[in-house]
Amino acid sequence: MSTKKLRRAGEYVIEKLLTVSGAVTGLTMLTITVFLFKEGAGLFRSPSVEKGYALYVHAENPVERLSVNEIKGIFDGEITVWNALSSDYPHAEIVPYRIEDIFQRYSESELGEDYALLPDKLAEVIRETSGIIAFLPQQYAPTGMTGVKTLPSQDIRPADFFGGTSWMPTATPAPLFGVLPLILGTLFVSIVAILIALPLGLSVAIFLSELAGTRTRKWMKPAIELLAGIPSVVYGFFGLVVLVPLVQRAFALPVGETAFTGSLILAIMALPTIITVAEDAMRNTPRELREASLALGAGHWQTIRKVIIPYASSGISAAVVLGIGRAIGETMAVLMVTGNAAVMPHSLFESVRTIPATIAAELGEAPAGGAHYQALFVLGCVLFLLTLLISVSAEWMAGKQSSKIL
Amino acid sequence: MRTKLQQQIAFFIFRSLGLLVIGLLFWILGFIVYHGAGVISWEFLTTAPRDGMTAGGIWPALVGTCYLVIGSMVVAFPLGVMSAVYTSEYARNGRIVRLIRIMTNNLSGIPSIVFGLFGMSLFVRTLGFGDSILAGSLTLGLLVLPLVIRTTEEALQAVPATYRTGSRALGASRWQTVSRVVLPVAFPNIITGLILAVGRVSGETAPILFTVAAYFLPQLPTSIFDQAMALPYHLYVIATSGTDLEATRPIAYGTALVLIGVVLCINLLANLLRRRIGKHAHKS
Repeated sequence: MSTKKLRRAGEYVIEKLLTVSGAVTGLTMLTITVFLFKEGAGLFRSPSVEKGYALYVHAENPVERLSVNEIKGIFDGEITVWNALSSDYPHAEIVPYRIEDIFQRYSESELGEDYALLPDKLAEVIRETSGIIAFLPQQYAPTGMTGVKTLPSQDIRPADFFGGTSWMPTATPAPLFGVLPLILGTLFVSIVAILIALPLGLSVAIFLSELAGTRTRKWMKPAIELLAGIPSVVYGFFGLVVLVPLVQRAFALPVGETAFTGSLILAIMALPTIITVAEDAMRNTPRELREASLALGAGHWQTIRKVIIPYASSGISAAVVLGIGRAIGETMAVLMVTGNAAVMPHSLFESVRTIPATIAAELGEAPAGGAHYQALFVLGCVLFLLTLLISVSAEWMAGKQSSKIL
Repeated sequence: MRTKLQQQIAFFIFRSLGLLVIGLLFWILGFIVYHGAGVISWEFLTTAPRDGMTAGGIWPALVGTCYLVIGSMVVAFPLGVMSAVYTSEYARNGRIVRLIRIMTNNLSGIPSIVFGLFGMSLFVRTLGFGDSILAGSLTLGLLVLPLVIRTTEEALQAVPATYRTGSRALGASRWQTVSRVVLPVAFPNIITGLILAVGRVSGETAPILFTVAAYFLPQLPTSIFDQAMALPYHLYVIATSGTDLEATRPIAYGTALVLIGVVLCINLLANLLRRRIGKHAHKS
């Protein structure tokens, strides 16, 4: 009697244990999503100028706020007079000023112990120069002193982030987080990769499902699976030592690390996905359809073209979408062969940078918790949503086939 | 006549493209084998890198990858198998099952670099593990968790329902049925899934970039809180950022060959196992 009770208790414990592990799994995976978005969300609450710094101007300067691009223009010397920004501003020359410029006027000993006199001296400089804009660490800044106006800090705006065309996360005083070049670079490289891989993959799928004998299939399918099993870093290495010089020579380019090289290596990597999914879709064509077509006197090729491919079209589109998904998320291979210049993509034969490559290249250097770090997490969220969209639409496309009425 | 010619041309194209893709595979493999085979020796496999990565071997990277494989399987295997048993044997519907379904579907398509980001944020920073084997194993474990769950579920669903009803009809409890009937039958397929997961883990680079991987370590890791070198990361750094790229190239070829060898052998093993299981199923 007691053993029976014991066993029943054991059963109960095991069932609870399984439930708990199921719950843990589900929740852990939910955490991944939550963490990603939580870390990224902080970006739009951080100031657009570097943390711990602020911008100061002469008290009589009517300037109220400056956008990130204006700040960059000023400190790069591209904007030199105040009324170039707005006609309300004085026609005075802009004098960009950084903390280290103080040493042109004062020696270290004149600034006192632990730079105690530094704020006063800085205030003096600002009062004397009416066109000044000073980028100073808040620790030494002349905040609140007479004749000095602090420009209010602005948060990084989502519009600047998603609409910005330059990605310069380490620029001072105001880093530029424009992800457009990265998003476009990712899509550009992936779509070209699919354009290369699709005709190839489709032909192989047709060959495997329609033409090849059982014996050929038997060794070719595992061979293609083998292609899928090669680690991406090996593809990257192969691309680096073989494709990069090849592309450079073939198109007479100064460097071989281009968007096209990236597309080539991604095309090879997407092939197994496209072949397998498309082949499955074609093999699922009902036997009656084939036989009806052949019975009507159509040839084999006509049957493939007019019956099988149209029937499998939703499966083939799913293959394309999954291939793009694989290409968009690929990190190492792209990182190693595209040259990683974060500029708007103009041509196939220039260097581009993709979202995953940016994360991989910059996360190690971005100070944890800073705006750059958060920006990389937002990029991760973008990638997450992009691939989610892709897998949902692939599922939807594949589902269309099964519900098709003959 | 024209349609016949068309067909011949089309089929010729498909055949040659099929061969081209196979040719591509042999090109990549052949290239790595051709350049890497000369480098591989007992010494290469069992010594540490020397002279700024231009000489010596890959022993620490091999050991690191082994640790990561073991660590990630310790995370993913029990959790994945138990969750799969729960979803397919105990609660076929319900909130937890739906949560797991949705999350595994979503996560299996998410790029591995996103797992790297997450691992860095949760394990390395929030939980304070630092760059360590522990953080890397957890990250890689989560990466393959959807794969383990899916293959285990498939394995369990491949067991005929009659086995279960038969067992229950004989008076066995649910757990007795699962542990004595269903799991033993599904076991080889579950192991195949495990091997596939090992293959995936040993080749991944992006998730370990910021959670465990070290460029060079003078000694082997001694605890799970140490950093470790790993084969794929090692290949990445010596291929792209050595001080003397020309001198490190042979080592890079050797590393690539070992990495491919390890991963492909693992995949081949899974394939063989799957085929043998297929044959067994036919006999019975």
